Formats: sequence, C-alpha cells, structure tokens
Amino acid sequence: MAGSGTAHLRPDQERALVVDDLVVQFPVTGGTVHAVSGLSLDLLPGETLGILGESGCGKSSAGRAVMQLPPPTSGEVRLGTVELTGIKARDMRRKRARMQLVLQDPVSALNPRRRVKDLVVEGLEIWGWGDRDRDSFVDELLSSVGLDPETVRDKRPHELSGGQCQRVCIARSIALDPDVLICDEPVSSLDVSVQAQILNLLEQARERLRLAMIFIAHDVAVVKNISDRVLVMYLGKTCEVLPSASLEGALHPYTRLLLASVPEASDELPAATGAPARAVELPSPLDPPSGCRFRTRCPLATDRCASEEPVLREVRPAQYVACHHVDESTEEV
Amino acid sequence: MTTDVNAPHVLEVEDLRTVFHTPRGDVHAVDGVSFSLAAGETLGLVGESGSGKSVLGRTVMGLVASGPRTTVTGRVRIGGRDVHALKPAERRRLWGPEVAMVFQDPMTSLNPVKRVGTHLTETLRRHLGCSRTEATERAVDLLRQVGIPEPARRMGQYPHELSGGMRQRVVIAIALACDPRLLIADEPTTALDVTVQKQILDLLASLVAERTMAMVLVSHDLGAVAGRTDRVQVMYAGRTVESGPTRPVFDVPAHPYTDALLASIPRLDNPPHTLLRTIEGNPPDMARPPAGCRFGPRCAFVTDQCREAQPEAAVVPGGRAVACHHPLSRSILEGAGDGR
Amino acid sequence: MRTPSRRRRVDVVFWLGMAWLTVVLGAAVLAPLLPLGNADDSVKGLTAPIFASPEGLGGAYPLGTNNYGLDVLARVVYGARTSLLVALLAVLIGTCVGGLVGLVSGFVRGTTDRVVGILSNALLAVPPLILLIALGTVLDPSVRSIAFALSLLTIPSMVRLARANTITVAQREYVLAARALGAGRLRLMLREVLPNVVLPVLSLAVVMISVLVVAEASLSFLGIGIEQPRPTWGNMIAEGQGGVMEQHPYIVVVPGICLFLTVFSFNLLGEKAQQRWDPRSAKL
Repeated sequence: MAGSGTAHLRPDQERALVVDDLVVQFPVTGGTVHAVSGLSLDLLPGETLGILGESGCGKSSAGRAVMQLPPPTSGEVRLGTVELTGIKARDMRRKRARMQLVLQDPVSALNPRRRVKDLVVEGLEIWGWGDRDRDSFVDELLSSVGLDPETVRDKRPHELSGGQCQRVCIARSIALDPDVLICDEPVSSLDVSVQAQILNLLEQARERLRLAMIFIAHDVAVVKNISDRVLVMYLGKTCEVLPSASLEGALHPYTRLLLASVPEASDELPAATGAPARAVELPSPLDPPSGCRFRTRCPLATDRCASEEPVLREVRPAQYVACHHVDESTEEV
Repeated sequence: MTTDVNAPHVLEVEDLRTVFHTPRGDVHAVDGVSFSLAAGETLGLVGESGSGKSVLGRTVMGLVASGPRTTVTGRVRIGGRDVHALKPAERRRLWGPEVAMVFQDPMTSLNPVKRVGTHLTETLRRHLGCSRTEATERAVDLLRQVGIPEPARRMGQYPHELSGGMRQRVVIAIALACDPRLLIADEPTTALDVTVQKQILDLLASLVAERTMAMVLVSHDLGAVAGRTDRVQVMYAGRTVESGPTRPVFDVPAHPYTDALLASIPRLDNPPHTLLRTIEGNPPDMARPPAGCRFGPRCAFVTDQCREAQPEAAVVPGGRAVACHHPLSRSILEGAGDGR
Repeated sequence: MRTPSRRRRVDVVFWLGMAWLTVVLGAAVLAPLLPLGNADDSVKGLTAPIFASPEGLGGAYPLGTNNYGLDVLARVVYGARTSLLVALLAVLIGTCVGGLVGLVSGFVRGTTDRVVGILSNALLAVPPLILLIALGTVLDPSVRSIAFALSLLTIPSMVRLARANTITVAQREYVLAARALGAGRLRLMLREVLPNVVLPVLSLAVVMISVLVVAEASLSFLGIGIEQPRPTWGNMIAEGQGGVMEQHPYIVVVPGICLFLTVFSFNLLGEKAQQRWDPRSAKL
C-alpha cells in the first residue's frame, strides 16, 4: 500500500505521456514536504487516467510537476517521444503547450481584467494564429464548449457564472489542440447541476479531439464516471491502479476506505460499512511514516508494513495493488 | 401548520422571507419558506449555491435579521419564542441553550489564538455559570463525546495544531456545550476530506439521536442528506420546490428540479464514460428572478401556465408537498386536494 | 431606510471635495487666461497698496494684497499652479519608477528583490524632512529639482505596494494558467500581472499627491523650496511670520484654507479609490 513501482506501466504500447519516478519536494520552515514520492504513470492516446486522493495526497503537485510548473525535484516526464526534463526554456514552453491544464477554481484561473474573446485565444496570441481568422475562431471555440458567442464574447470573468468560466477555461485549453489535458479538480467548486454539464463537456471534447486526459479529483463517483483507469494516491505514493470499471472491486484498504466514505443519494440510513479507520489524523507529509505510508490508518497493518515498503504488483488482470496483505483471494467486503 | 405555542415543535418557521437590499436591487434570498421540526428530528435543506439554503439557516438562527440592508418578515419560533421579535440581546441569550450552529469552515469559526479548552470553558462559564474546575471537567467530557482521542491533552492545544476533522469536532463540542434543543449545521463537511466527512455526519446523527435534539442539516451534497435526515426540503432560488420524508422524495421525486438534480449526480454504479443528465442553463440572478415558476426557464416540462403563475406548494398525503404545476409521478399525489 | 441617507451624506462630502479639486485644478491650469491681478511682479507691486484688506469679488483686490502689494487671489491661484505641478510631477516620477521597480522585484524575486528591499528600507529609514532639507541645500530651488527630491519620498512606499501586489497576483491561478499556455516572463509581467497591479498603485498615488502638497508647502515655508516672489502655498503661509498674521490674518488664512481643502479632497479621492481597487490597504 501506498508504495511505488512501475508494474502498471505499459511500455509495449504507444503512449501519449509517460511519467517515471516523479518526486516533488519543497522546503518549508521546519523540514521538507514530501508531496510526491516516486509516482509513475503512463497515458495512452485518448485515454483518461483518474487520479484519486484526499487533499494533501500530492495529486495536484503531481499534476503540476508533469506540466513542469514548477519542474519536479527528480523523475522523468516524456511527452510523446520528447523528454521534458532538462530541455531549454523556450523549447519547454513550446512543448508544455502540448499539455494543457484546467484548474479547480475557474473564476480565479481567468485574468479578471480581460474579456472572454481575448482569454480564449491567449495561447494563440503567444504561439501565432496560423491562417485562422480571429473572430470566427473565437466564435467557433466558444460554441464548441456550449457558450453562446453573442452573449459572452465581450464579458469579463466576474460577469459569468462558475460553470461558464470553466467552459471558457476548457475552450482556452483546447484552442492549442493539445495532446494531453490535465484537469485538476475541474468540477469540485461547481454546483451539482453544473458539474454534470462540465463532465459531459470534457467527455465530449476528449472524444472529439482524441485527447489523453489526466483527471485529478477527490470524488470517487466523479472519477469513476470519467476515467478509463484510476490511480489512487495516498501521501505522495501510489496505492492502487485499476480499470475504473472494476473500481468497486478495489482491494487496497485505502481505496476501500474511500469507497466506503461515499455518501450516495441512494444510500440506506447510516450503517457501519467498510473497515473503520484506526486513526483519523492524516500523518504529516513533513515526516511520512516509514514503510507503507498508509499503515498508521490501516486495519491490516503489521510490523512488516513499518519496515518494508510495498511495491505495486498485478494482483488481478490490470489491477495493481501496493499492499503486503492483499492478493487475488482477498475478499471484496 | 400549527402556530400553537404549546405545540411540541422545537422549531417553527412560517412564511419566512429574507430580502437583502443591494445596490443592484432587492434580492429575495429566502422567499416564503415554512416548515417545522420536532425534537429528535433531522431536516435536510438541500439546494445549489444561490438557492437560499444558507441564508435560511442563518435567518432561522437570527444571525441574519432585519437591519439597514436586510428585511426579514414572517416568523421563526424556537421553543415557542419568535426569534425576530426579540431584542438583539435577548436573541443572543437563545444562542447556546436553545439553538447552536456549526459552520462550514472549522478553521475560521475557531479563534486561532485561543486554546481548544478556553473556547469550551468560556462558553460553559458564561452561559451555565460553571466554576473553573467544573467547566474544565465538562469540557473534557464534551470532547470525549464528540470522539476526540486524548481529550485532556487536546484542551491545551491551539486550533491550528488539529486536523480539519478534529477542528470540526471541537466546533461541534462548543455548539453542544449548552445542550441546545436545536442544532443548525451549515455545510458542516464541505471543507473536509471525503474520509472525514462521513465520520462527522455519523457523529452528528448519533448526537441527535442521543440527545433528542432537532437538527437542520444545510448541504449541497444530496448524498450526505440522503442517509442522515428524516425529512428533506429542496430549495431553488429562495423557494421550497419540494419537501417531505427523505427516502420517498429521493426515490420518487415529484418536482422536475429534484428529479433532474438527482439524475445529474455521477453514481458509483454507472459504467465509465456515462454521459450525465444535465440541467441546462444557470440558476437565476436573484436580483431579477424570472416570472412565474423560478425553475421554469430550465425545466423540461415548462408550459405557459408555469411562465405566468408561481406554483404554490400543494400539500399531499404522506407529508409531502410540491410546488409545481405539472408534478412528475402523479400517482403519488393522488387524492391530494391540490386546488390548482 | 437609515442607510441610504447616511450614504448620501458621505457622498455629498465626497462630491464637494471633487468640486473643489475641479475648481483648483481648473484655476491652476487656466491661470494665465484668467483676469487676475499681479501675482509676482514686485516692481509693479510698488504702486499698489500693501496689506489691503480683502474686498470681495467686486473690489480691485478680492482677497487683499500682501506686504509687496501683490494680489493675494492671484498669488493663491498661481501658488496652486506651482504646488500642484510639483506634487503631480513628483508623484508621476515616483509611481513610474517605484511601480516598475516593485513589479520587477516582486515578479523576479531572488537577489534583485533582496537588493531592492534593502535600498527601499534604507530610504524609508531616513526621516523625510531631514532628507528633504539635505536635498534642498544641494539642489537649486527649481520646480524640476524640488519634484525630483519629493519623488524620493514616494518611491519606497510605491515599491513596497507594487511589490506586495505583484507577489500576490503572481501566485494567482490565471498567471499559472498563462504559463501553462506557454507565456514567457515579459508577457506574464505585462499582460497578466501589471493590469492587476496598476489600480492599487494608482490609488496610493492619489493619496501621495496630498502628502506631497503638504511636503512642498513645508519646504517652501522653511525657505528651501520655491523662492519668493514666485508664489506657492507654503511660502505664502510663511509671509505670515513675524507678527504679520496677528494684524492681517487673511495673509495666512487664504493659502491655509486652500491647502487644507486640497489635501482633504485628495485624501477623500484616494480613500475612495483604495476602497474600490485595493481592499487590502484600505482596511489598514
């Protein structure tokens, strides 16, 4: 559990993005925050990888490190065939534009002093227009994300709702025709009804543009809905990687805890479900536990978990778990 | 709905309206809401942002009251006393022994320079006149009741030394200090991690049961409300669109908004890449609400009648009410003297 | 019911202030075109009565004359011209230099930022009056050099404000989003950060005008600013020294009131601007 390893990578296939042993650390007063410790992942063209975890698990830091914003402490990021670590600043900027980022708070992700028609084509202003006609391209982009160009073109971000702002952000990201879209909690600040609109929009955009997508979120049901594959993170480490269709058959104790915490509208009245967590406190990322990082909250923890870090291994076909205590015979509760 | 002072209701809200006077015009944040709540009962107030659910919670509490920029009309009775007819000083005396509130962000509702223990003992000594030692004893006991391990040690800690979930437990302990009869929890888990949310919701549910308190749970999370409330009230644009016992309302929604809202939540048992049902458009600008039914512009079943007349809440057997000209699943409404 | 009336009262004061500023600025700009008396020609003043009492608008000397027989109304208007010119010029220099330095140091951080921090703190540590007196003894008392000296007073606080705002803005997500799109440093600074730093800096600039109007007046009062007979409000007030004020109070009262109202109005404007554009510093 909460371990590292590369068993889940698929080197024999064509991949849009490969991240190998990514480490993100940053100094703070009183120590070093170990935000991401040895994350590896790969992404096929047109595939969506969901990264699931609670706040502080390093999922956002990982997303930004992949974008090289800022570059990771160590580890390799390969976009298509190009290695991003150590290339020149200008090349980096150009390559980075092949990946795009959609952020959690759409209102603050848009410069408050600029208008929608300038915001959506920001990337093209930097990299050039080619033979496109500006006005018609702006309208085309806005329509493609379900906004009415007539009404929003001349507005500023604060005149729009959160959902509309997120649509502008998505339009801005896909304007550069990227290969990879990294969405960092793109719907968690939105209302339920608007969240569904944005999720559908991302789904349609991915299909239309053959985007590979990393979808970072804490909401299990949202991640399951949009992803092909789910990677579960805990305190900077990977717990489990599995196809999202079999998410409910997750084996890692932490994934099971996440699943048990989902309140659903179809729930029966409260019942004690899932393994109870032993301690509620999330350990500090300044001084993460030895061995398996989840052991302080894990109902299955033994001495071995403290001394030896579990490595991802294929427990069932396409399901990789980093835990000493699960195998294919483990019951699914 | 009875207005009898001797009724066993802990909370009675009658035609409550909260209007904010803003430079852009009057915003009718709460527009004619009525409900009542008995001891031991939990009511869920659900709705999206701008639905008025939080303002309603605060108006019930008396935190939002008539003033230079606000007008509150209608009646809120807590333990038989009309909150908005009281003088501010008298109203403050209700806060603690009669009604208490748990807010969304536990970090900002605790004073960062006061120890956890001080927060509790101050409240206990002020409201209940406890001695110093007695207050300390009770405070430790309260922390234990809200599931805080090593309560005696926590007493000496500052809020920032606790995790979000622990802080919210402390906030709940403070709210419970004077043994209130009514607890208003305004998005108590929104700022917390998923694994902690469930714990806090379970804690609140068990406290309500133990103490036979009444609780109003304000939340945008329909899942949170579903499993933990007896009755639910769905709000849209300041008005109640549907209310009734939680399970039937969520199982067979009668209002198109409730129905669409439930359908737009991604579910764990959906296969990957399921397109969700959405509600088109955006919630209305509350300074300029649409005429007729406020959900009309976004409703799939809208007719001319909806554009002209605001639907009144039709009370139906089974304790349900729905404010719609064309409610779904008419069968459950059969026999209702709906008078439309 | 209560609030609108209270609000309106505050607004009345604000608009009166703005009216005053319009009058003063208008008069200062149009001074050469106005039918004013003799402001600074002391030779011609020899033929005029000295210390003539104010006669009101109809008289030859509406606000009286001073000890050289110069017309006080004309001097107050030309004084406004000098005082405001000096203050505006100084604020302009201070805002441009300070704002730019603050923007760059807040955006680039690192060594540049540390050096800028030490320099601006050092400048802030020198008592302003002493700095001004020191400069006043070195520089010739022209409008240009006084404006330069005064701008030194504004630069450190401008640097600080621009730097602080830049640091906050640079951490905003839209800057991150622009970087993700591939924007380079210059573009980030000019297109993303600058437009969001300009308004708070401008609102401080308005407050600075009033500070500098007073500072210029103090310098001229001490005799190290603009020299007689060219009028400024400061040296006009200084004419009241040596018992003059006791006998002819208007000599001091007229420029004094102008100074007071102008400073007060600029402060109102600055306050309003900060409330609107820079909620952070307005709370201080």
